[in-house]
Amino acid sequence: MSGLSMESMYQEIILDHYKHPHHRVLLEDFDAEVHHVNPTCGDEVTLRVQVRDGAIAALGWQGEGCSISQASTSVMSDLVVGKDIASALALQELFLGLMQSKGSAHLGDEDADALEDAVAFEGVAKYPARVKCALLGWMAMKGAVAQTEGARP
Amino acid sequence: MTSSAFDVEAIRKDFPILTREVHGRPLVYLDSANTSHKPRAVLDAIEDFYAAHNSNVARAVHTLGSEATTLFEASRDKVAAFINAASREEIVFTKNSSEALNLIAYSISNATTTPGAERFRIGPGDEIVVTEMEHHSNLVPWQLLAQRTGATFRWLPIDDDGRLVESSIDEIINERTKIVSFVHQSNALGTVNPVARLVERAHAVGALVVLDASQSVPHMPVDVQALGIDLMAFTGHKMYGPTGVGVLWGRYDLLAEMPPFLAGGEMIETVDMAGTTYALPPHRFEAGTPMIAEAIGLGAAVDYLTAIGMDAVHDHEQALTAYALEAMATVPGLRIIGPDQPVDRGATISFALKGVHPHDVSQLLDEQGIAVRAGHHCARPVCVRYGIAATTRASFGIYTTTAEIDALVAGVARVSEVFA
Repeated sequence: MSGLSMESMYQEIILDHYKHPHHRVLLEDFDAEVHHVNPTCGDEVTLRVQVRDGAIAALGWQGEGCSISQASTSVMSDLVVGKDIASALALQELFLGLMQSKGSAHLGDEDADALEDAVAFEGVAKYPARVKCALLGWMAMKGAVAQTEGARP
Repeated sequence: MTSSAFDVEAIRKDFPILTREVHGRPLVYLDSANTSHKPRAVLDAIEDFYAAHNSNVARAVHTLGSEATTLFEASRDKVAAFINAASREEIVFTKNSSEALNLIAYSISNATTTPGAERFRIGPGDEIVVTEMEHHSNLVPWQLLAQRTGATFRWLPIDDDGRLVESSIDEIINERTKIVSFVHQSNALGTVNPVARLVERAHAVGALVVLDASQSVPHMPVDVQALGIDLMAFTGHKMYGPTGVGVLWGRYDLLAEMPPFLAGGEMIETVDMAGTTYALPPHRFEAGTPMIAEAIGLGAAVDYLTAIGMDAVHDHEQALTAYALEAMATVPGLRIIGPDQPVDRGATISFALKGVHPHDVSQLLDEQGIAVRAGHHCARPVCVRYGIAATTRASFGIYTTTAEIDALVAGVARVSEVFA
């Protein structure tokens, strides 16, 4: 890659997830579905979750949008499938904090390990117009999980 | 490539911001349809007002108040001359084009209960016509007016090339049509609409014609009397003036009968607890302390454009458009959204790049110092029409050079490489 600094934001991890997104299929058997949009760019995601014993047993999505929104949703899916809801929401909080840091966050080793591929989005935090793109899938996941919790007796 | 009197390098020197660098590269600003930059003359006029004349207008008897009023009203004269209005009273200062268009729509719904405004009343059975290529500011106010009055909201469709479907005009605009409001030059497609054709049909059926000239007044000579329209909206910040000031122009006989929209100070004739009578236009539509410095800044922008000459401005931008359309056609995977020939179109070019979202295009171009807009450009029905979520848009102005278009073309090619 060239020395253009912004292009480093579009590093291999993001471009790989954009071109080959993970979990990008709508589940047939699901407990909640949400549709989130980012009105400024027209990014969209429809996301379904299946919850079993307090954990995200399966998650799938369909979406349209920029590389940041689509890749971030893909990375998020890898991270939360199989995790209990509390851990998934804790990761969501961690990612949200990173995105809202305006680029000033210094991730500790432990947090960086927890976020895995999602650390690739650290550079996005410096671009306020793109933060919503990176958060789209994460907010959808949070919304879908909240629906399943609300549905419990 | 342009008329000999037009010197783009000299013009660039009038715009302080054009010396800026972005990410270590010289700024290539191709987002003038979003907002234009401001020449030194405009910045100076605003500073001079606050530094030397600041006062409220039309109220104070003291010297500063008198100077402020004179400067403010002189801007009205300048704007009137610029668009060849029949009189200065036909120029109403608004916040922007959106407010001017809302003013018309709300005035028309206020006519429902205003004695003497019967000619503006609309209701069930009446129709309001716009086009499918409208900016939301000339679309949503009419949808809302239809909702408030029970009138029917209709639109002229656009074809694959980004032009109005000619055969629909006589059908959609019919004897039930009361208002035809359309964009002169599309902000999303660059299309310049056939004003004469639409005015002829609208007037033949007795409809009022409203023109959204936000994207035409900065780029071509606009003569409201020659166009034969009834009302027109445009904004200052796209024509090298400041934000916060726009213009509603209307034929005086219409403005004189239109009910007020916003009420308050300076728009009244006599106020009594039992009732109020209203000032004559334009003041009837300018409630409250206006945007004084901004209007004066707009006057300076009009002077600036007048000195260059709008024919020269138009020639320059038409040459740029032809150059850009040809150059962009060479980029693999690039598709022009809108007319791809430099005929009846302005210097605003939307495009799609295969496999790359417009926000990614825009971000990577920004890294090279190139500013373009990505999104639906507040004209979402246009994107829906072409089956895309968004476009990337490059738009030019008086300070744009062919070298900047070369930079755009190279930049887009580079974006394609990153995503290859």
